[in-house]
Amino acid sequence: MKLVSRELDKGGAGYVTMIPEEAEDMWHAYNLVGVDDTLQSTTIRKVSNETSTGSVSVNRVRTTLTIRIETIEWDTQGCVLRVKGRNIQENQYVKMGAYHTLDLEMNRKFTLGKNEWDSIALDRIELACDPTQRADLAAIVMQEGLAHLCLITPNMTLLRAKLETNIPRKRKGSCSQHDKGLAKFYDQIIQAILRHVNFDVVKCLLIASPGFVKDQFMEYMVQQAVKLDYKMLTDNKSKFVLCHSSSGFKHSLQEVLQDPSVSTKLADTKATSEVKALDDFYQMLQNDPSRAFYGVKAVEKAAEHQGVEMLLISDELFRSMDLKARRRYVRLVDQVKEAGGDVRIFSSLHVSGEQLGQLTGVAAVLRFPMEDEESDQED
Amino acid sequence: MSRHRNVRALNYEDDYYDEDDVYGHSVEDNYCISPGTAEQFTFDRDRNVALANYMDEQEVIHEEEEPGEELTQHRVSHDPARPTLSEIDEARLNSCLDEVRSVLGDSVPEHVIVEVIVRHNFSIEGAFNELLNQQEAPKPQREPRDNRRNRSQGEKSSSASTTKVATKPDEFPVSKPAVILQSPKPKYPSDATKPQLQTSDPVDNVKVDLKSLNVSSQSSQKVADNKNSMLSSDIKPDDSQVPLTLKPDIEAISAKGGVNVAKPEKDCLTVDNVDSGVGERVDGNSLQATPKKERFIPPLPKSSSKSKYEKFDLKQEYKKRNSSKEMLNLVVIGHVDAGKSTLMGHLLFKLGKVNQRTMHKYEQESRKIGKSSFMYAWVLDETEEERARGVTMDIAQTQFETPSKVITLLDAPGHKDFIPNMITGTAQADVAILVVNATTGEFETGFESGGQTREHALLARSLGVQQLLVAVNKMDTVNWDPSRYDEVVKKLGQFLKQAGFKEGDTSYVPVSGLAGENLAGPVKEARLAEWYKGSTLAEQIDKFRPVVRPVDKPVRVILSDVFKGLGAGLTATGKVVSGAVQLGDRLSVMPAGEYTVVKGISINDEAVNFAFAGDHVQIVFTGVDITNVGVGSVLCDCQTPVVCASRILARVVLFNLEVPITRGFTVIFHYQTVTEPAILKKLVSQLNKSTGEVVKNRPKCLTKNSSAVVKNRPKCLTKNSSAVVEIELEYPVCVELYKDNKELGRFMLRSSGHTIAAGLIEEVLKTKTKDGTE
Repeated sequence: MKLVSRELDKGGAGYVTMIPEEAEDMWHAYNLVGVDDTLQSTTIRKVSNETSTGSVSVNRVRTTLTIRIETIEWDTQGCVLRVKGRNIQENQYVKMGAYHTLDLEMNRKFTLGKNEWDSIALDRIELACDPTQRADLAAIVMQEGLAHLCLITPNMTLLRAKLETNIPRKRKGSCSQHDKGLAKFYDQIIQAILRHVNFDVVKCLLIASPGFVKDQFMEYMVQQAVKLDYKMLTDNKSKFVLCHSSSGFKHSLQEVLQDPSVSTKLADTKATSEVKALDDFYQMLQNDPSRAFYGVKAVEKAAEHQGVEMLLISDELFRSMDLKARRRYVRLVDQVKEAGGDVRIFSSLHVSGEQLGQLTGVAAVLRFPMEDEESDQED
Repeated sequence: MSRHRNVRALNYEDDYYDEDDVYGHSVEDNYCISPGTAEQFTFDRDRNVALANYMDEQEVIHEEEEPGEELTQHRVSHDPARPTLSEIDEARLNSCLDEVRSVLGDSVPEHVIVEVIVRHNFSIEGAFNELLNQQEAPKPQREPRDNRRNRSQGEKSSSASTTKVATKPDEFPVSKPAVILQSPKPKYPSDATKPQLQTSDPVDNVKVDLKSLNVSSQSSQKVADNKNSMLSSDIKPDDSQVPLTLKPDIEAISAKGGVNVAKPEKDCLTVDNVDSGVGERVDGNSLQATPKKERFIPPLPKSSSKSKYEKFDLKQEYKKRNSSKEMLNLVVIGHVDAGKSTLMGHLLFKLGKVNQRTMHKYEQESRKIGKSSFMYAWVLDETEEERARGVTMDIAQTQFETPSKVITLLDAPGHKDFIPNMITGTAQADVAILVVNATTGEFETGFESGGQTREHALLARSLGVQQLLVAVNKMDTVNWDPSRYDEVVKKLGQFLKQAGFKEGDTSYVPVSGLAGENLAGPVKEARLAEWYKGSTLAEQIDKFRPVVRPVDKPVRVILSDVFKGLGAGLTATGKVVSGAVQLGDRLSVMPAGEYTVVKGISINDEAVNFAFAGDHVQIVFTGVDITNVGVGSVLCDCQTPVVCASRILARVVLFNLEVPITRGFTVIFHYQTVTEPAILKKLVSQLNKSTGEVVKNRPKCLTKNSSAVVKNRPKCLTKNSSAVVEIELEYPVCVELYKDNKELGRFMLRSSGHTIAAGLIEEVLKTKTKDGTE
């Protein structure tokens, strides 16, 4: 993301102009926009003109519109953000109050106005504009008959392909169907790699599976690449990394990222640090349950006593439509930060973020043991 | 063949014109025919000429329809015969028509329906009565055979149309007097006098008629046809029976307002209520009533009567089989490289299940790749990958016999990455052999917390295996030292007792898989014979107690593999968990909810007519697409289908955990042959492990032995605790409650390569998500 200009007053109201440069930036934009904010961007609109004789002509005009946001749509896998709202700046084509849907696009400037830019939103802008946070990674988790091909960016895990095939089991006296099924399955994965992985960007492709599936696949792929002359695969052979996972389901991606041999390679990616943080939380829960809390109320209480050492919070909560709810979480984050605690905002698109989301979205590792109140646990 | 294609593709017109050039016309004619003249005088086949235009008006309607011509019937033609009506009447007529169509399909020609409706003054009830009676009344008969032949010959000449017109009036009973549905059945008693006909015939009859009712593509002509042929063999007696069976079906349909009956099971029941007793026919009805074309199973008079005959026999057959040899499913488990495959491979060889030549081949080949010690394992490890690596990866299944038993052997993989496969195998087994490696150090690694000896034993116990035989393997490496044997037995004994195996149900045998010592036949090794006087492995296997199987319960076949076999239909392997299956059975496939017919059953590559609970079968079935069946699908009884759940309430016992379980924990749910990702949605309560009392309600997490503290909603669950949790599955899985079926009510939970819990399904909860399986 490129930050073009920033105009904020003391109270935190103001405008920020940005240019998204890659798919990931759309995700950041999605996390920034909120209902009742204003958004300005160029767009194309169908305008119908009625002449004095009564004939109507419809043309498409490129114009700049400013809308007050009412609904936000986000396509996770396609990274498309559509924002709908009413026009608040009349121009020659569009009347005041007319509805319009802005499509935010790559490399097109947009200006976002908020009545209150809180610390989370400002951090997000900073994060988005930080060019050092790049480590594009692709991963395949697989088991016999099931494979997930994911692209992992600092803030997103995008499931690019899910392959499910029925592979006949080995039976007494006949393995040919099993072998055939397996070869077909591997072919599908190879096709998925060719289609979805851009090796110019991807620095590393993890192949994870239980048992020997990964080795078998790697062997098969290299064989096929030579046979069918897949330049892309043969040239990038060094980018493939084999590692272990316990299954081919998507959530075992977390295990892969936890694997020390992998995590050292990807040292600074957000994905691995999130996985690590969540793991720390669980370890604490195991060793000293009174130092690991989850659920908003419990964590808030701990934060009041300045007891939070590390706060894990899902960014899903900040996208809350309810402004009050959002304020509550922002206050929690600020409180922890003031007290010198560590705040990890999990991307809900990562597997670890998904899990945190299941765990009410807020969890904390405490500095000292606290009695937990159990009655108000459930929300 | 290409020659024929050429002929087919030939443009005959060209030929004719060429001929015309030569024979037909003068030279000028060839070029100077004006389009107008051509249109007037030449007959062009390519144009859509309705031949009917050239004939008598009535002729338009149905002639003997070939199945391929059905389409023309479907068109809502504006029949010229339709009476002229006012606009309102027209509308009423149309709505009536739709109603009637939805029930009768196209079995009755439109003009007949129109006429009837008008006659009944647009009353649907009346029209139905009359129409249905017409169906049952003598059908439009096909003209006598000779006549027909004459006609078909005559058709070639142009003069045929006259004969057709002449026969016409007979063919349609348009103005037949209406017989009311509840009319007395005059011919019914006559039926009773012919008992030998009764067995097969009513079934056929019903099927034929239902078909005409529900499956729209059948024309009335066709029905008449079928009937005709049938009647020719067995006179008329059953005609009157048709309304009897027809009625309930129609009711079932019209009650739901159309043919689109969504829930076949329900339908099954309604029909069942009306004419209970004849199981075969009920199935038939329910099948016919389903709207989908794929589900339509053509009537199989032969097999239905045949299977009925067998159904009678099933219990006796089962007794007969039990009296000969007991079936037993045996799984072989143990730590990786304990020698499971080698032990069993050698046992099979000793029992003569593998012939000398094959064994020699394995020996040669394994030596070639430098793994000659794996030669016996190759008997069971058949894929290239398994042989090359010397590791079993998937369950291998084979069969052998002991003096009193037929054993289905399942060889499980020991490697920890293949535990999912091992679970599928163990879930299908009744008894187990736990193989442990007696070699110094090896036993310990397998037995300690990271090893699979422990995990496998716990898994087996949790999956319902009660009898365990421990084979202390590789005794030759410790010189058949009795003290080592005792040490292993002692250590294991303690653990197994803890795990829940009764002492009387566990036995120990010292063996050597590679040397083949103490497997079958007398002990040759002097060092062993010195101190060991017990039975050999084969003898010990023979001593397993038989298992009681739920043969009387509804049929459940859990599939472990689906593939395209030879011939039509799909082939699947699986285990009959309860009930009995036989050829020709109509079963439903869950969770797809499709219907299917069993076309073939084989046990151990031998075709059989029926299979009982406990059998591992290979089933061929038709009527279902391969995309709708998969590993974990269940073939079950239509009337008592298995429940599909995506949210369950379960009681779990936690094993050794690395991290505690909180809500939102992602696990892998292993149930029978299925592995499915799942999420622990809620921790409902924590239980006291020994008493089963609720310790904490709605725990925040499940922790270790915290039974002293009485708390609501603990926050997490840790080691060795027991709890009630709510689990949500990604896709629906067919399950049974523990209280209904002990064997099918168990499941395992695993996470990141460790088995974390065993559970019992207590309740199936309503799904809140989109796909309402409830």
